[in-house]
Amino acid sequence: MQKSLVIYPEKCTGCLQCEMACSYEGEGIFNPAKSRIKVFNFHDQGRFVPYTCTQCDEAWCLHACPVDAITVDLATGAKVVSDDVCVGCKVCTIACPFGTVNYNQTTGKVIKCDLCGGDPECVKICPTDAIAFVEAGSTGFDKMRAWAAKTDAGAQAEA
Amino acid sequence: MAWTRKILRVDLAKGTCADEPLNMEWANKYLGQRGLGTKYLVEETDPKVDPLSPKNKMIMATGPLTGTPASTAGRYSVITKGALTGAIACSNSGGFFGNEMKNAGYDMIIFEGRSKKPVYLFVCDGEAELLDAKSFWGTSVWDTEEGIKEKHGDPLIRVASIGVSGEKGVKFACIVNDMHRAAGRSGVGAVMGSKNLKAVAIRGTQGIMVDNYAKFMKAVAKGKQVLAENAVTGEGLPAMGTQVLMNVINETGALPTHNHRDSQFDGAGNISAEAMAVPRESDGKPNLVTNAACFACTIACGRISTIDRTHFTVVERPEYHVASGGLEYEAAWALGAATGVDDLDALTFANFICNEQGIDPISFGATVGAAMEMYETGILTKKKTGGIALNFGSAEALTELAELTGTGEGFGAEIGLGSKLLCEKYECPELSMQVKGQEFPAYDSRGIQGMGLGYATANRGACHLRSYTVASEVLGIPEKTDPLVTDGKAGLVMAFQDATAVVDSAGICVFTTFAWGMDDIAPQIDAACEGDWSVDNLMKVGERVWNLERKYNLAAGFTSKDDTLPKRLLKDAAKTGPAKGLTAGLDKMLPEYYQLRGWSKDGVPSNETLSRLAL
Repeated sequence: MQKSLVIYPEKCTGCLQCEMACSYEGEGIFNPAKSRIKVFNFHDQGRFVPYTCTQCDEAWCLHACPVDAITVDLATGAKVVSDDVCVGCKVCTIACPFGTVNYNQTTGKVIKCDLCGGDPECVKICPTDAIAFVEAGSTGFDKMRAWAAKTDAGAQAEA
Repeated sequence: MAWTRKILRVDLAKGTCADEPLNMEWANKYLGQRGLGTKYLVEETDPKVDPLSPKNKMIMATGPLTGTPASTAGRYSVITKGALTGAIACSNSGGFFGNEMKNAGYDMIIFEGRSKKPVYLFVCDGEAELLDAKSFWGTSVWDTEEGIKEKHGDPLIRVASIGVSGEKGVKFACIVNDMHRAAGRSGVGAVMGSKNLKAVAIRGTQGIMVDNYAKFMKAVAKGKQVLAENAVTGEGLPAMGTQVLMNVINETGALPTHNHRDSQFDGAGNISAEAMAVPRESDGKPNLVTNAACFACTIACGRISTIDRTHFTVVERPEYHVASGGLEYEAAWALGAATGVDDLDALTFANFICNEQGIDPISFGATVGAAMEMYETGILTKKKTGGIALNFGSAEALTELAELTGTGEGFGAEIGLGSKLLCEKYECPELSMQVKGQEFPAYDSRGIQGMGLGYATANRGACHLRSYTVASEVLGIPEKTDPLVTDGKAGLVMAFQDATAVVDSAGICVFTTFAWGMDDIAPQIDAACEGDWSVDNLMKVGERVWNLERKYNLAAGFTSKDDTLPKRLLKDAAKTGPAKGLTAGLDKMLPEYYQLRGWSKDGVPSNETLSRLAL
């Protein structure tokens, strides 16, 4: 059964622990600039929004790659870049509608979220549970539950 | 590892930038940031130097943990001779600037000399250059930060800059990074302005390494767990910020009010964390938008707030209808209780202006408090204030002065002298509530006795962040002591001072110490850095840093006579609350403190003490 990342921006404090965990897992060094997940700070609104690859089923990046360097990890559904095959042409970075594939100037390859082989480090490190990894068929259930609770509370109050 | 082992030296007079290796012998003795920066300043400058002369240097320093995932490890400090105090200045800031400096490849940047024309330093991954700052000179911190990012076409650049206040030499000008994080105290922004240095802009993508990753990740995870499970760092601070203290300290009878004439404030509830969460009438939203973290911080005490759009300060100024850094406790106290103003939106506006123009809200609010007392007693008149009716409790006066002081105009230029010089100018020095020229923060030493000793002996002048015995005396951390007694406080203050010097030298935030003891901190430093970083060794580093700063101040001309408090606290008893009838018992603590420190009766470190600490 596949799982998906779910992000709750309202819980994010902007601490960037996820970026460090991601870069440590991917590059073996603490370096937000080399993270596959990025936290965006909308300062004037007081909002922090983590953003990363959602692992499209029909992945633009995978189809765009001229050397088949991006393949599907059948266990997790993640689209994974093979560094051995990637030629750094960056076509995938253009193809991705969400901007979540990016070029690593140090290695000359592209980097993107690979779900850490099924146990994402960003999820484990987040101090406020703003990033979750849940069963792919129920990513909306938390929000549904929250709204359902309100509905129920209203009904109870009337009763 | 952990250190980048590289320093950037910027000669502003010559316009040159050069790399040099970090002195690892000193790093092993002083760890980093506060300690190591101070060592460099002591070695390279004359302690008698005029703070605003080109011969003073300004050092921006990170710690070995800065930039790592250890919780709160994004700190950096500015070390220089303070413009406000003439003492050693070390102002610590969070946000995201420190980690960016490390990621760009530098532990430290040393600025020397004075540029002929306004410049800013741009650093990107080991390359540095001084660029023309003509278009930013005369503009605010906010405009400078946004302008530099726009000019370089990179929103990920981190900027630390001064406002117009720093250019004009406002004595308590600060250096602001990430819009609302500041190296706030002692006037480090005025030193930066005196060098014609408008900003430091950094982009770093190199990454941070540590010595032993497996050990480090384990120690860091354990540290985070301790913070998460602690009532203060896991619940109180994230939910209410430092403002959680407003009502607590008021009830303790230690909330300095009306320039320390009173020690409780009737309006405290209106400017508290609780008040920040109440929806307003105009739009149904509360002042507080969200909490926010600095780099790597798992506490997230920061406040992001908005001002009521119908409030008189902003009703016709839509540029302030945005969210930005909200009230922290010290700012809310200084802008509020010290001045008797209990209008939450006025305080939030004044705080925005302090961030926008780079002035320390503590010294600003406290100086306004002193000016209000001078106005009330007739020393100041409307003629002298440029028409401002400086009554205690006037939100209009407070907010107008924030803007005038931020730009160094009108009577704001006089407020910008700080309370000591202002009160001396009008021949009423007894009304200035300061130590070594620096205004008190938000705790009355009649109601929290240990803080009085801490203020009197703090090397950068009155400061709560050098020995926060409030933790013990009010909150019971690590164990409860009676805030109204002086017994045992000398040892308590010394222990807090030494431990805090370690924290400030490591790259982490002092707020971790609500939950962390040295047993939690040492393993993280030890895993990140080569060498022995046991608790014992670290405590010795802390004591060494404290004594080094003390030596600098003595050489600068300070004596034990400066280890004192204003007469008001020593002679006038608190009028209300638990401390009613008490004065600050400094004389009962200071001799014991000197003795415990291994200093002479005149407060001079003995040769034995210095050699024990390898100084």
